[in-house]
Amino acid sequence: MSGGATIDPGGSGAARPTVDIRGLCKSFGSNDVLKGVDFHVDQREVVVVLGPSGSGKSTLLRCVNLLETPDSGQVLIDGIDICDEDTDVNAVRRRIGMVFQQFNLFAHLSALDNVTIAQRKVLKRSAAEAREVARRNLERVGVGDKAGHFPAQLSGGQQQRVAIARALAMDPEIMLFDEATSALDPELVGDVLKVMRSLAEDGMTMMVVTHEIGFARNVADRVVFMADGVVVEEGPPAQVIDDPQHPRTRQFLRQVHDR
Amino acid sequence: MTRSQRSNLIQWALFVAGLALVALVLGVTVRWGDLADRFFKWEDFTDQFPGIVTEAARNTLVYTAIGYLGGLVIGLVVALMRQSQVPPARVIASVYIEVFRALPALLTILIVGFGLPIAFGAENLPGFLAQPWGAGCLALALVAGAYLAETIRAGIEAVPRGQVEAARSLGMPTGVTMRSIVLPQAFRVILPPLTNELVLLLKDTSLLAVLGVAIGQRELTTWGRTISNAIGNYTPLIAAAVCYLVITLPLTFLARWVERRTQADRR
Repeated sequence: MSGGATIDPGGSGAARPTVDIRGLCKSFGSNDVLKGVDFHVDQREVVVVLGPSGSGKSTLLRCVNLLETPDSGQVLIDGIDICDEDTDVNAVRRRIGMVFQQFNLFAHLSALDNVTIAQRKVLKRSAAEAREVARRNLERVGVGDKAGHFPAQLSGGQQQRVAIARALAMDPEIMLFDEATSALDPELVGDVLKVMRSLAEDGMTMMVVTHEIGFARNVADRVVFMADGVVVEEGPPAQVIDDPQHPRTRQFLRQVHDR
Repeated sequence: MTRSQRSNLIQWALFVAGLALVALVLGVTVRWGDLADRFFKWEDFTDQFPGIVTEAARNTLVYTAIGYLGGLVIGLVVALMRQSQVPPARVIASVYIEVFRALPALLTILIVGFGLPIAFGAENLPGFLAQPWGAGCLALALVAGAYLAETIRAGIEAVPRGQVEAARSLGMPTGVTMRSIVLPQAFRVILPPLTNELVLLLKDTSLLAVLGVAIGQRELTTWGRTISNAIGNYTPLIAAAVCYLVITLPLTFLARWVERRTQADRR
């Protein structure tokens, strides 16, 4: 972890959340996607965000590394307001790993080069070190034997695991997963979920947007249910998933279970 | 006979009949003997070598290379300007593209060729730009740049947005994202049109003759024309045509081969 970047003037230790979002609003044209969202992820916490499509959960996640610019509200990463004009966005982003629904592997690079390129260009690691880190992370997600393959030669599940390795190679303080298994064939979902679960067990701080209720129940420390641009309900999975209080949550879970 | 066999036979019959008709008309009307004497005289053909290669073909390639490399640089800059955050940069880029695509290349060559020494003073122009063919190459680069800018922009836009988002999410600055992620993929997509532009430019080098060229600076078309005038036989034009084919045909085959290879990587 990049110790220099985690400034802690209060000296209070672990208390500060890794992600702290306050009163976040975002609209696309006349469509209000986020209507004042308060949200946080603590260090080493796994937070799963559930909700129907269009509820704003992906937009919320994309605001965390400024792929979307919030209209108003605050996004604090380790206490630093990333919406502040003076904040170096690239410096913030390199500490936040992101995994996309469509994998987004660099199509012109081999799996190995996908994992080394940002280490080289952003972290300025040597070629040898970047390769070494890349191989370690490709092994870790179970695609060590695919280092020389191009994305087009890999299955969706393999591509997504390379994408996870690419993010991990930057030694992120938090990992964001944006519907990481939604574009996969059903038989490939398990491999990716297994990798995500092992990351959680290793103590990675994670924010996961997903439709996988089973993953939320078994892995999440906390589940946040969103609908229509607001947080409707949150708490431990046993509470939110198995004993939802809000009618909107109940309706959503019923639909998902009936599938 | 099946229906498809019958239709196949009819098409062949029509083709052969058409061919016979054209051959008959041309065979009767064309003065083949004169044509062979004036255009296809073997000793006049062989006389062109090696000069047509060492001077004319060489110059054609040099003018093409200068014009194309200049055009690529201009095209890349203008394509990036078209996507700039600065509105005047976008306007200038658009005006440039529209103007140079609207003018005949011949007119651009004349204006630049005559204008450049007047504007800067021939003695102040660096190196080859002081020569007519150098100013002509600059004109070719300006024309090619306008077309290549549009081609490159199309290539950049063909790279999926997710590629940029992934690069940005890893902390890559805009410039690094463009250089390391977007442009390498964009150039693969536009390889066929880029080759097409190269062949068009190669043929347009024949226009440089309007600026007047000295011995030693002739490209293929000028070579063919001047030698034909001198010897009173048109065979050098045919020799020039052969040289063009020898250069352009492998180029298009090579581009098709590279295209197939890179696509095998990606799909």
